[in-house]
Amino acid sequence: MDRRDFLRTVAITGAAMTIQHSEAMEILTQSVSKLGGSKVDLVAVMGGEPEAMFRRAIAEMGGMKKFVKPGQKVVVKPNIGWDKVPELAGNTNPKLVGEIVKQCFAAGAKEVTVFDHTCDDWQKCYKNSGIEAAAKAAGAKVMPAHLESYYRTAPLPGGKIMKQAKIHEAILNCDVWINVPVLKNHGGANLTMSMKNHMGIVWDRGFFHQNDLQQCIADMCMLQKKAVLNVVDAYRVMKTNGPRGRSTSDVVLAKGLFMSQDIVAVDTAAAKFFNQIREMPLDTVGHLANGQALKIGTMDLDKLNIKRIKM
Amino acid sequence: MLRITRIIVATLFFVLITFYFLDFAGILPESVHWLAKVQFVPALLSLSAVILIVLLVLTLLMGRIYCSVICPMGVFQDVMSRISRLFAKKKKKFTYSKSKTLLRWLILAISILAFVFGISFVVGLLDPYSAYGRIITNIFKPAYMLCNNLLESIFSRQENYTFYKVDIAIRSILSLVIGGATFLLIGFLAWKNGRTWCNTMCPVGTVLGFLSRFSVFKIRIDLNKCTSCGICATKCKASCISVSTHSIDYSRCVDCFDCLNDCRQEAINFTPSAAITRQGVDASKRRFMTAGITTALVAPQALLHAQSTLLSTGGKAYKKKNPLTPPGSVSLEHFQENCTSCHLCVSKCPSHVLKPAFMEYGLEGMMQPTVDFEKGFCNFDCTVCGDVCPTNAIKPLTVKQKHVTQMGYVVFILENCIVHTDNTSCGACSEHCPTQAIAMVPYKDGLTIPKVDRDICVGCGGCEYVCPARPYRAVHIEGNPVQIAAKPFKEEKKEKIKIDNFGF
Repeated sequence: MDRRDFLRTVAITGAAMTIQHSEAMEILTQSVSKLGGSKVDLVAVMGGEPEAMFRRAIAEMGGMKKFVKPGQKVVVKPNIGWDKVPELAGNTNPKLVGEIVKQCFAAGAKEVTVFDHTCDDWQKCYKNSGIEAAAKAAGAKVMPAHLESYYRTAPLPGGKIMKQAKIHEAILNCDVWINVPVLKNHGGANLTMSMKNHMGIVWDRGFFHQNDLQQCIADMCMLQKKAVLNVVDAYRVMKTNGPRGRSTSDVVLAKGLFMSQDIVAVDTAAAKFFNQIREMPLDTVGHLANGQALKIGTMDLDKLNIKRIKM
Repeated sequence: MLRITRIIVATLFFVLITFYFLDFAGILPESVHWLAKVQFVPALLSLSAVILIVLLVLTLLMGRIYCSVICPMGVFQDVMSRISRLFAKKKKKFTYSKSKTLLRWLILAISILAFVFGISFVVGLLDPYSAYGRIITNIFKPAYMLCNNLLESIFSRQENYTFYKVDIAIRSILSLVIGGATFLLIGFLAWKNGRTWCNTMCPVGTVLGFLSRFSVFKIRIDLNKCTSCGICATKCKASCISVSTHSIDYSRCVDCFDCLNDCRQEAINFTPSAAITRQGVDASKRRFMTAGITTALVAPQALLHAQSTLLSTGGKAYKKKNPLTPPGSVSLEHFQENCTSCHLCVSKCPSHVLKPAFMEYGLEGMMQPTVDFEKGFCNFDCTVCGDVCPTNAIKPLTVKQKHVTQMGYVVFILENCIVHTDNTSCGACSEHCPTQAIAMVPYKDGLTIPKVDRDICVGCGGCEYVCPARPYRAVHIEGNPVQIAAKPFKEEKKEKIKIDNFGF
């Protein structure tokens, strides 16, 4: 260590020691890390409200402008699978969806479309989840997805079992899409997160269940147009009786949010978070390992630059 | 004035109830179903004393106002008749025709007998409201949906999603054929001769026609002014004004008031009480007595019958492969006896699980709705079918009651299950189960397999609908011939879980 380095270290440490608890400090370190060029791979936030956690996380990732360019057509794809109110955590938090739509427009998006291929009656799901209202309030178009005619066949190059699937035209027609699942227990796949949320962009879900669900979920992520960002909503987490749930006793207020471009990594992080609520070994969530095998992403979180933020 | 009022009110009733049947998007409020509940046969079957009394009093006071204003089938015939007049090259005139009294009473007798013996197919076939409902549900609704889809394709091209595509599926060929035949037959008769159907076939028309002979207000001809020009008779779509005898067959007059306006002598009026009656009073009295006695003999029996079905609580031998009746329909027996197949529930069911039966209920239950999970499953929180049912064949349930009404129960066949046969994850059935009557439990190699708790199953069919196993599903719903109370599922204790770390 030469004298210059020594002085620099002393100065930075000194500064850090004196202002360590202020908000300003966090912003400072953030900009330092960005200036340093070390890319953030994954952001994990906890302890805040859905909108605030998202704002914080996207700032850490470098801002929405990094993912959405002016004039682009954007799709925000939440989980709206069930005719459930937000308190029952069957669907993505509507506040989070609304905030993401807002930020897309702020980044210059020409239009934002929201849809999901629901399990319950689609109109009831859209309405009672609060997502239709939140998305529309933020200026998004809410598109139906309940009939086969909304879907077109697209290839899944490299898929092991599923080589092609009928994909919703909103995804095929957009410039970028943002995947916004909710973290839930799942009777079949054990957990449902970003990868499993792809089942809401396809028409024939029966095929998944008929032909090795865990592999098909991974295959589905081989779609060439990958989500530009995956945001896992873990504000309210359904710990049992998922993915539908029965009552509020299935729900834990965990106040978490995970964000990454690496879909396997963000799901691995969310799964580990879930493991604290209820034991969930990663190997039981087979589609994670299957995804890693297909090189969609990595389960090795230690190799990633992760930002952990408590609000 | 009377005529204009009649036309306005009738149009309002007609348009509202027709659109209510068509309205898949829920534009009209659900409360519009009262228009179905005030219909005569539904009120009779649901034993709605208040509605029945109002209808009877209305008839005894004013005549067949029901037929001219409330009954959608009646107004439908007026519409057809009006259109035929618009298209006619020569001006069409109505003429008096003899009454078909024997035919009318025969059909009424058949309807009553069928009702007493529980052959609801006949009652449903002849009830004008139900027949109209079937025409709209099976013929016009698909057409309406087709128009919607055309509009949708135009708007969606502009990326406007105000309209959404709907799935137009013909759920029952039989109902399509019967609805179409009814439409053609009654439409043709109306096109040719106005209210022929009302005054020959319709059992409600016969009953109300009989009563309106004794009504206070009637169309009356003032013989002192009448010049026997016969213009009134040419306007009468019920063909009930005889110029030669200056008499009106009140059993056929439907209170359309079309005859009133064109009389230059003002010799024909809608007036109370009798100045001029030239009919054989004795004969009418005699008929009144006969009919009264018949009713007195039949009605209590019918009522007893109806009540006994309402109170039946089971004890019927369990037969396998029972068809599913809608939630709230009490039992197969109650449902079959009260449903007239108007298909309002079929039309209104948002999940498309109700479809007209073919032979599921046997011959006498053809066209009555049954629960079928091919197109969807019964929404756990939805109570629409019971809310709209005008005959009480499906009783209204609160959401709470619905949650514990078991119309059927789940049966799991391990040999068909994909987890068992393929050793891969599935869980689609449990995913859809609102009570976790079918829940996933640990199996082997980290897999989970369905486990059934029949007591908490409501028979919603989510599991059957979604089960991907083919050719035979691993889960299906068996119908309950008598619907029972499902046990409420055990609520787990809400644990307090505090998470302070990310876990990685």
